[in-house]
Parts: sequence; structure tokens; C-alpha cells
Amino acid sequence: MDTMSLLMQGFAVALTPESIMFAVIGAILGTLIGALPGLGPANGVAILIPLAFSLGLSPTSSLILLTSVYAGAMYGGRISSILLNIPGDEPAMMTCLDGYPMALKGKAAEALAISAIASFIGSFIATIGLVILAPILAKFALRFGPSEYFALFALAFATLGGITGKNQFKTLMAAAIGLMIATVGIDISTGVQRFTFNTLELFEGVDFIIAIVGLFAISELLFFLERHAGDGLKQVAINKLKLSAKDIIKVLPASFRGAVLGFVAGVLPGAGASLGSFISYTLEKRVSDKGEFGKGDPRGVAAPEAGNNGAASGALVPMLTLGVPGSGTTAVLLAMLISLNISPGPMLFQQNADLVWGVIAAMFVGNLVLLLLNIPMVGIFVKLLSIPPKYLMPIVTLIASVGIYSVSHSALDLYFMIGFGVLGYIFRKIDIPLVPIILGMLLGPEMEKSLRHALVLSDGDWTVLFNSGLSIGLWTVAILGLVLPMIVGPIVRAKMSKSKEAVKDV
Amino acid sequence: MLNTISLKSVLISSAVALTMAGQAYAFEPARSGECIAPANPGGGWDFTCRSVGKVLVDEGYFKGNVQTVNMTGAGGGVAFAHTISKRDTDENLIVAASTATTTRLAQGQFPGMNADQVKWVGTLGADYGIIAVGKDSKYTSLTQVLEALKKDPSAVKFAGGSASGGWDHLKVLMTAQKAHVENLPKIRYLAFSGGSEALVQVVGGHVDAFTGDISEVKGFMDSGDLRVLAVLSEERLPAPYDSIPTAMEQGIDSVAPNWRGFYVPGNASKESYDWWVKTMDELYTTQEWKDVMTKNGLMPFHKSGAEFTQFVKNQTLDIKILSQDIGLIK
Repeated sequence: MDTMSLLMQGFAVALTPESIMFAVIGAILGTLIGALPGLGPANGVAILIPLAFSLGLSPTSSLILLTSVYAGAMYGGRISSILLNIPGDEPAMMTCLDGYPMALKGKAAEALAISAIASFIGSFIATIGLVILAPILAKFALRFGPSEYFALFALAFATLGGITGKNQFKTLMAAAIGLMIATVGIDISTGVQRFTFNTLELFEGVDFIIAIVGLFAISELLFFLERHAGDGLKQVAINKLKLSAKDIIKVLPASFRGAVLGFVAGVLPGAGASLGSFISYTLEKRVSDKGEFGKGDPRGVAAPEAGNNGAASGALVPMLTLGVPGSGTTAVLLAMLISLNISPGPMLFQQNADLVWGVIAAMFVGNLVLLLLNIPMVGIFVKLLSIPPKYLMPIVTLIASVGIYSVSHSALDLYFMIGFGVLGYIFRKIDIPLVPIILGMLLGPEMEKSLRHALVLSDGDWTVLFNSGLSIGLWTVAILGLVLPMIVGPIVRAKMSKSKEAVKDV
Repeated sequence: MLNTISLKSVLISSAVALTMAGQAYAFEPARSGECIAPANPGGGWDFTCRSVGKVLVDEGYFKGNVQTVNMTGAGGGVAFAHTISKRDTDENLIVAASTATTTRLAQGQFPGMNADQVKWVGTLGADYGIIAVGKDSKYTSLTQVLEALKKDPSAVKFAGGSASGGWDHLKVLMTAQKAHVENLPKIRYLAFSGGSEALVQVVGGHVDAFTGDISEVKGFMDSGDLRVLAVLSEERLPAPYDSIPTAMEQGIDSVAPNWRGFYVPGNASKESYDWWVKTMDELYTTQEWKDVMTKNGLMPFHKSGAEFTQFVKNQTLDIKILSQDIGLIK
């Protein structure tokens, strides 16, 4: 059992006091970020990346901190879903359907506890899935040559729209903007400067961390400003917890099914956590139609929560093994890895085994911490929900700016950050998705490089792109990923928007 | 952040106070020093700054600390510009440099700047260049590779971790030039964003040969996946690398150390420059630094003061001529 011994080594890393500390901090911050409506996991991680840099954390500590934030945000999303009927983040939408009715019936505490347990099961099972699946995928590492990489990146872009994507055209446009930004800088294949205008700061291109913080965090600030810096959300009273073992056992099957489905949805590139929770909920409804779904059935809380947490861990599989993120948050994590001089992708498991297994082990630890945090201490998070954004947002901005500046000590980077913030605000207003921009910036240069390398190696013969089983397989999946959403997408979206309306009607 | 700013202002004011008070005497460093690493945390320059900073404090050269400041951009160009424009007389500042710095200076990639604008202190070790192939390759010696290149310059394709025209690329060209390979621009070089990425492509059998530094190949050498054909050093390296033949043994006069060292601002006083040179000389002989070198695979390579300045001049000129020869620059 090679994997087992590696995992044990991972626990040796994850159980050091330093790692546990970062896992706890990440879990708390993540839950808080997830609980606040609007601040999703991608924004949360984006805001904290500069913090990790300015504290000078080691790659392992940074990654433990940020994956804990990620997991915490997935937990936290449910709190406002249940108490306010406002999803803390998009994947938590389905939790509103039965969570809020439960709260109305005076069972808010039970709903929170059940969803915490379901979240735990979802993450736990998906992390086990990650342990099993990742090394298998990573074994393909050495078979990836330039042409296979090119096919892989084509796949990433083809599946970008995903099934939940609203407008394929806008997705494409966003990706193109990302690709365009990525061309700035010295081209490593020729040494030629592109769009640098002889400005030293542009020689190495536009830093995607700056773009991420600007697009996600600063634009969030602008949105808050627009809403006239509200005075926080209404205090919600929660009842005393009365949860018997029987109640827990009753939701276990739903949690397990949700976890597995969520994991699968997470692993598929382009699907992500929203789809994970959606599928889990609808399947649960079909499997056990005796319940009163939509009116406060505990299983209707458990299934989507297990699903979105499962999907969150599942999305780490393609990110860690292939360097292709399966969701917005993993795209942000990928950007951070690259900034820490760790090349993600097939070789990560060989070359940074300590780091990868340390982080995976830390996910188990973080999960346990989150479960402990979320059952007895849920009241504290509920209180934090009432912090007025006018105090919160300046703190967020401060953290982001300080972090960005401390990485490069360049004022120009701050201007860029603000510029991206304004851009992000405009794009969100006109419904242009932000994640494809980041993916374009991240994967564009790699894709260009792979294509060039493949052609140099074949002396200009384009058929090299289809000359191995692996690359043909990747191209096939890419084409399916592009075509299927066009057929299946409208159906799934129609169903999802129906549920969305149901949320509003309650 | 406030901390850094106040620290900086304290630093500057103390430096000013020191220069005014201590003009008649030999240079005394301030309580704290600063080392600029012209790249992100985690890279080679960052390592150079952090490890040297630690030894400087441990050995009592600085009573406070030596703070590493990361200043990313233009492959060191931003830090170079910052040093000559804003910190030109700062006596408590060192900036990490390596062959990548001289390469860019030589190729005019720091527009309007040249090596004479700063003072070169010294090197504290080097990472030697190597040429390697995968375990299934038909080549078993550097000579065979070069013979193949003589017949057809595009016969062997190289992968390396630096951009086109960067140090890893130049190593191949320098070696080929010494072996009288014609038509150097025809040699195919694939630029990757890091040594390890390039290495994987060679081990995976997708690219013929790897050009990089000895510190990058230990893992794959031990696992037997990589055959190192030659190390570009004057003599064989110490164990465990002593089984690798040098290029010179194979009749090719090619030596390529990727040195790790420092420069200080161009108008720092002569006293402070001398102090830094002396300090680096002493530091190089300490046991603590020797341990750092062993632990991180740095090989012995020490030049300082005038000798180092001359070395930088020669290296810059060599690279410039080579880059012109192969049409990288005009």
C-alpha cells in the first residue's frame, strides 16, 4: 500500500502544531466567508492569498490554510441558506429549499446540525475518493508530452462553459479576454517582448494573483458600496438543539448518496459544486419520494450539503493531478500554486509528494475541525452574520492591498488591482463570468507553449496533435464537453431555475 | 505593512546618521540590513537572500535582522532599476543576482541599464550546468550528441527551464560552439517555465535532451531515469556527483557555472563596499554556510571584489558576443 504510507507521511505533516493552527484558522475564516451572502469560496480564497504571501508562509502552510478556507466556505454557505433563505454562495442554493422551511418550523438548530453532519460526510467521502483516484490519474504523468498537454488544455477550455454556464458566448468572450491579457510579457519561446511598451513591470506579464484579487475581491467591495453599505443582516434566533441518533441515522443514506454524486460532479471538469448539490438534491427527491421535500425534509438538507462539499473536494482531483481546475475556486488555488513556484499537473505527486499528501491529510483534519466548529459553535457564526458590511469590507480591502503590495513592492501592481476591480465590477454587471478570464490567463501561456513545442518536435507536422491514444481520448472528451452542454444544458438549466424560483416563493 | 515602512524609515535614517557620523572611520553596518530578492518567494534568488541573511545574523554581522524583500519583475530588471534609481547610496542593502542577471544585462533586456551601474560584491557558490538524456536514449556521451549536431543541427532537440536565449539555452549553444558545430541558430531549444517541467518531458521520452543545472536532476538521476552526459565544470564535482564526467574530459572546453551572488548600489561608499566584500569572504568560509551549501546542492565557487567585477564584465561580454553570433540580439 504505497498510497497508505504516503498518506501516513501526510498526516505527519498535517498534525504538526503549525499545520493544525492554519487548518483551524482557515476553517474559521472559511465558515465566516461562506456564511456571508455574496462572499463565495472563490472570493474568500482570493482575498486570503495575499495574506498568505505577506505572512511569508511556506507552500504547505499556505495551501493548508487556503484549502481549509475552501472547505470552510462550503460549510458556511449553508448557514445563511437555512436562517435567511439567502444562499451564502451559489452551491448552497439547494439547501434553501428544505433548510429554510425547517427553520420556519422552529427546527433551525436541527437543520444546521444535520447539514453540518452531511457536509462532513460529503467532504470525508470525497477526500477518500481523492486519495484513491488522484494517484491513479497521476500515474499517467510521464505520458503527457506537448501534444497531449495541448489536448488537455483544449479540453479545459471546451468544458469551461460547463452545464451550469449561462451564456456560452459570454463565457467564450471572457476566456478570450483572459488569453489576451496572458500574451503580455516576454514570450519564453522566442524571447520577444509582446505588449510591454518597454515598461519593466510588464516584462513578466500581468500577475494573475493581482487579477484574481482585483476581479473577485475589489469588485465585491464595489458591489457593497453600491448597496449603500447595509447595516448587516437581521439577527436570527435559533432554538435549542434537539437531535436524536435516530434523526441522524435517518439522513445518513441521503448524505452518502449525495457525497458520491457530488464527488463525481466535482471531478468532471467544468461541472463544479453547484451541479453537485443540484444533482444530489433531485436524485434524493426521486429515490425517496415519500418525504415532504420542499417543506422542510431533513434529507433535503442533507443531500445537497453532502453533494456540494463532495464536489468541492472532487474538484481538487483534476486540479492537483492535471493542473486543470474543475471549478472557480480551484482555479484560484491553482494560481496560488503557480505563484509559489510549484508546477501543478501530472508531476506534482512525484515531485511534491510531501506537500500534496500533507494537504490531503490536512483536509481530513480540517474537516473534523469544521464539524466540531459547526455544531457547538454555530451560534457564534450566526452572530458574525450580523456584522455590518461597512466594517467588514474595508478590512477585506486592506488585507487584499497589503498582501498584493508585500509580494512585489510595486505600486503599479496596486493600480492594476484597482483596474481589475473596476473591470470585474463592470463584467459582473453585464453577466460576463470572471472564472474564464482567470483560466485564460492561467492556461493560455501553457497552451501556446505546448502547441509550439509539439510543432517544433514534429518539425511543423500538425498531425502530431492526434498521434497518441491519450491525446485522441482527450480530444474526444473535449468535443463531448463542448457539444453535450448545448444539448443537455438547457434542460438542466430549466430545472435549476425552477428550483431557484421555488426558493423565492417560500 | 506599517512595520515594514517604519523599519525602512528607521533603516534609512540610521544609515544617513551613520554615514554622517562615521565618515572618518571604517564602515559600520546599521543594526539591520536588507536583501532584495528580485523574484517571488520560493525561487533561487529568494533562497539566496534568506539563507545569506540568516547566516549574517547568526554570525553576528548584523545585530538586528536582515530582511528579505521580494521585488518581482522583468527577471530582476525591476529590482535593478529600483536599486540604481532609488537606493543608489544605500549601504545596508544587498541584491541577489545570478547568471540570469548577467545574461539579461548582456542581451539588453534591462533597457538603458548596464553592469557598471552597480558594484559587484561576490559569489557564494554555484550550480553547474549539465547536459542529460533519458535512460532509453541512444546517446551515451556528450561527444555523440555533438557529432549528431554537426551532421544536422536540428537532430537533437533540447528542453530547458529558461526562456529562449536564457542561460539554459546558452549553455547548449556555448558547448556546441566549442565543439565547432555549424549553424547554431538551427539548434532546436524548447523553453519551459521551469527546470522540472523540462526534465519530465525528457524523462517521459518526448524531448531528446535536457539542459539545466546539477541541483535540478538529483531525483531523476537517483531513480535511474536520467543519464547525465556531462557536467560543465572545470573539475569533477564532489560525491554523489563524482561519477559524472566533465565536458572537458570529453574534449570540449565548456564551463558553465550558474553562480549565486550579490551586488550593492553603485554609489555606496568604498568603505561599505569593502566591508561587504570582506564579510562575504568570511561568510563563505564559515561552517554554517558550508552546511547550507551541502544541504542545497550548491557547489564551491567563490569570487569577490575586483576579481568578481572582472568576471561579471567578461561573462557579460561573452554572452553578448554569443547572442549576437546566433542572432538573438542585433
